[in-house]
Amino acid sequence: MAAEDLATPRDRIAKDLEAVPRRPGSAKPDAIIVADHVTRRFGGMTAVDVHHLEIQRGAITALIGPNGAGKTTLFNLLTGFDRPNSGEWSFDGRPLSQLSAAKVARAGMVRTFQLTKALSRMTVMENMRLGATDQGGERLVPSLFPPLWRHREKEITEQAEELLARFKLDTKRDDFAGSLSGGQRKLLEMARALMTKPSTVMLDEPMAGVNPALTQSLLGHIQDLRDEGMTVLFVEHDMHMVRHISDWVVVMAEGRVVAEGPPTTIMQDEAVVDAYLGAHHDTDLGDDSLLGDDVLDELEAEAEAQEHRTQEDA
Amino acid sequence: MQQTVHPSPTGPRPRHRRGASPPAAGHRRRPRPRLVAALLLALAGLVTTAAAAAAATDGPCTPDPQTACIAGTMRTAAGDPAVGVQLEVSGPDGSSTVTTGQDGRWTVAVHEAGDYTVTLDVATLPAGETLTNPDVTSRTVTVELGRQGGAIFRLGPPNSAGTPTPSGSDSGTPSPAPDSNRVAQQLANGIVFGLLLALASVGLSLVYGTTGLSSFSHGEQVTLGAVTAYVFTQSVGLSIVPAAVLAVVVGGITGWLQNAGIWRQLRRRRVGTTQQMIVTIGLSMALQYFFQFLFGGGRLRILTASSSPVHIGPVVLSVQTLASAAIAIVVLAAVAYFLLFTRTGRATRAVSDNPALAAASGIGVESVIRTVWVGAAALAALGGVLTGLYFQATTWNMGGTILLLMFASVTLGGLGTAFGALAGSLVIGIVSEMASLVMPSDMRYAAALIILILVLLVRPQGILGRADRVG
Amino acid sequence: MEWTRILINVAGEVFAPATAAYALAAIGLNIHFGMTGLINMGQAGFMLMGAYGFAIATMNGWPVWAAVAAGMAAAAVFAVILGIPTLSLRGDYLAIVTIAAAEIARYTVRSSSLTSITGGNAGIAGNDFKGSFQQLCPLPEGSWSLGPFQYSNCLSNSWWLRIVGWGLVAIGIVLVWRWMKSPWGRVLKGIREDEDAVRSLGKNVYGYKMQALVLGGLFGALGGMIYVLPSAVQADALGRTLTFNVWTILLLGGAATVFGPVLGSILMWTVLMFIKSTLRDMPGGVFSSTQAEAFSWVLVGVTLMLLVIFRPQGILGDRKEVMLDGR
Repeated sequence: MAAEDLATPRDRIAKDLEAVPRRPGSAKPDAIIVADHVTRRFGGMTAVDVHHLEIQRGAITALIGPNGAGKTTLFNLLTGFDRPNSGEWSFDGRPLSQLSAAKVARAGMVRTFQLTKALSRMTVMENMRLGATDQGGERLVPSLFPPLWRHREKEITEQAEELLARFKLDTKRDDFAGSLSGGQRKLLEMARALMTKPSTVMLDEPMAGVNPALTQSLLGHIQDLRDEGMTVLFVEHDMHMVRHISDWVVVMAEGRVVAEGPPTTIMQDEAVVDAYLGAHHDTDLGDDSLLGDDVLDELEAEAEAQEHRTQEDA
Repeated sequence: MQQTVHPSPTGPRPRHRRGASPPAAGHRRRPRPRLVAALLLALAGLVTTAAAAAAATDGPCTPDPQTACIAGTMRTAAGDPAVGVQLEVSGPDGSSTVTTGQDGRWTVAVHEAGDYTVTLDVATLPAGETLTNPDVTSRTVTVELGRQGGAIFRLGPPNSAGTPTPSGSDSGTPSPAPDSNRVAQQLANGIVFGLLLALASVGLSLVYGTTGLSSFSHGEQVTLGAVTAYVFTQSVGLSIVPAAVLAVVVGGITGWLQNAGIWRQLRRRRVGTTQQMIVTIGLSMALQYFFQFLFGGGRLRILTASSSPVHIGPVVLSVQTLASAAIAIVVLAAVAYFLLFTRTGRATRAVSDNPALAAASGIGVESVIRTVWVGAAALAALGGVLTGLYFQATTWNMGGTILLLMFASVTLGGLGTAFGALAGSLVIGIVSEMASLVMPSDMRYAAALIILILVLLVRPQGILGRADRVG
Repeated sequence: MEWTRILINVAGEVFAPATAAYALAAIGLNIHFGMTGLINMGQAGFMLMGAYGFAIATMNGWPVWAAVAAGMAAAAVFAVILGIPTLSLRGDYLAIVTIAAAEIARYTVRSSSLTSITGGNAGIAGNDFKGSFQQLCPLPEGSWSLGPFQYSNCLSNSWWLRIVGWGLVAIGIVLVWRWMKSPWGRVLKGIREDEDAVRSLGKNVYGYKMQALVLGGLFGALGGMIYVLPSAVQADALGRTLTFNVWTILLLGGAATVFGPVLGSILMWTVLMFIKSTLRDMPGGVFSSTQAEAFSWVLVGVTLMLLVIFRPQGILGDRKEVMLDGR
């Protein structure tokens, strides 16, 4: 009992996932998202064709793969921003496949976007307040009578201020969101998503376009989410980030899940190497050093380095 | 102000990048208002020559809460328009004199309600014409603001009934039950009208495809073609073929000028496409009323002679209409050839598909857009000339009327796909002509627009548009 | 030239019923465009619904309140019918569909096949529908002068109509001011900025857009009623030019501001009246009155272009809020 309490959430999750088979579509001990036979076609092209996928509750799961692998499309489908040609999935035991994006968010699964959608011509505070739930003043008629919603507005403002402080945006409170830097907008978008008090956070390339100085703090925030008990699913290109913070990695290529496994070993998987090599010219392993001519050598070096690190960790 | 077009709610789609300028335009420059002014001046210079010669109808008149219209049409005993008859209208708003125009119509706008006396100057009647009741040379009309009042003087042998005026296409009486001949006739009319509409719509669609701009002033490009042809035939005295060619050239020049003077500058300033669209609305309004200012509100007949009819099975079409249809087919085929088989044409389609990629692969996006503007405006002008002939006359707001049919065609075919616009135009042309078989003919355009809304409900991407990939 | 008469005419426009009518329509459009980012190019259609709904109901013997409700209901139904197919599509579809729907409505009411109901092309004469509204007038009979302005107390272009029209404008301003500062207005603003972001936060974007479309349409309908009460209902006076005028008014005053629509309406009509009267009175009759009319509309069109290009925030708008563009 006591020993378990002492373990970091990361270690605990690693232990939970230890027994999970390293193959596409493997069952998780405590899955929050379960998807079956999800397909999405655009014209003649099949963008997503996922037979079975489970996402572990409370873990950080990374979704990686080369350009055009269907990661973002799968994300859009799961969050209700796109409609599948076939397939169904459940979230926390509740079927979700027919719900609108708004209802998905209200069910507790909230997302961010690859191209940040900060509401530029609203202040940072307004952005945050917009994320809050249960504000009766968002209804047409009650909105005309401030006494009906002023109290809740105060609570929302407090909640927002707390989050802004945590994300170090409190000094920007009254600035227009459009005046923030790219990284600050990413932070704002994440903070705004947290205003909805979600159980699962879906991050679409949280690192894209973020200044390196902010990367560390973003990584920290993502890990904090998990430590608070939230499930995190994110699409990412940056392999370093994947390795550092994720508990489980799902690799997609040409619309299908080709491999799954813990970050420490996933890059040794032949299917993964094939997937990236198959698309090696526009490979988006993210790290620019991996974009050199000799991708195979690079990947091998990566694998070795990982192995080494694993030994260190152990 | 909205700065960007809303991305599709089903996810960001590639199109919303269209608002941005091509990458090369990184440096911003102030637009040159002088160019805008120069453009307007050039246009003014072009058509002012016509102003003097334009039909002497005293302007158009639209009743509104401050305005009432007194109007009438004079026809000779034979039923032809009685041109140049003078009438004096006097009443609470003062008195004014009007002269009937080419179509025999006269209109006076007044701004005060009350009784007005309309007096006809018998001396100005066409030679040999008399009033059916020679004793009554003036009539009293009671006018209410916001309404139209009429005063009718019939010409003909004294005390005869006068010749009934032939009812125009505006007649609103429900049509008799369709028989197969009428069906064939309306279908033929619809195909012809659809082809003429396609000339204008294809350009509108190409402009949208390459720049993301829904140009509301494209209707005025159509009117411009028609009134330019009118000026060259009726004022300059050219025959129709050179007049039409000149109208197309003038149209193309205005396309070039307006791209260089307005749209290119706005793209450089990265003005959003929504804002640009509102600019086209302003331009449309300015041009439309400018035409009204110059030519008045009457019907302008590009050709006064009527064309001989040709019987093809159950269908009757005039030689002129057949020739128009043939020209439209040839030109549309040429446009298709251009888009499919020439280098510039393929580049145009590439830019329509994905401007950023096209620019990256070395296509000069700006030069493609320039070509598209010139071509689109020239096609619209040709469409205007032929439509003006098809309707037997043009008016200052003809383009505005068919603009929505053009939009309907373009939307129906799938925004931004040129071949979709062609297919959409044929559908809209046929629907609007066939509609008069089953509903009042003055609602036939409404029928075409209802089709637009229904199609959007079922297949938002249009007939030939494709569902875009998300993300 | 009679400058005094011209200036009196111009000053009269400041509080004319038509100015109030346009202000109401622009308040509605401000809810659509300024607050929510909906490109409604068919505001004239909503005004037409209000005007015809009111007039036809009155002619059928309905009392004023019921006739007003009928006009507003017609506009609300119109908004819902328009909104269903378009509110889930890209913005430019809404623009095309609203302008098309407004034209469909106009073609329909002016059709001679409906003459028995709508009066067809000629419309509905003022005396056929003004009676019940004028009977509500609490002012004594006769007319009253305020300085150089003399109007009938209750009939047609009356003081009574001015009081009601500007009263409605005042109510509209207060409501919009309330809404803009409320969480409801905040959600609309978010939708204006990026509807996907708002959707990702669990808000029913479609529902909010529908609310905004209907609400703005209701103000349009009220504007339509005030617009026709001084004179008569005529379909062609409720066409596209009317919509474009309302847009010019909104952008002139400043979209997304509380007072923009009113300021824009007053400014546009006084300036137009000045130009029209001056041109009409020019010595030598250079311009016929219809030419003066056409010329003034050319100016409106050019103003709209220049405003959008050079001062999209209008007179009252916040330049920072308008010019900042995140994308």
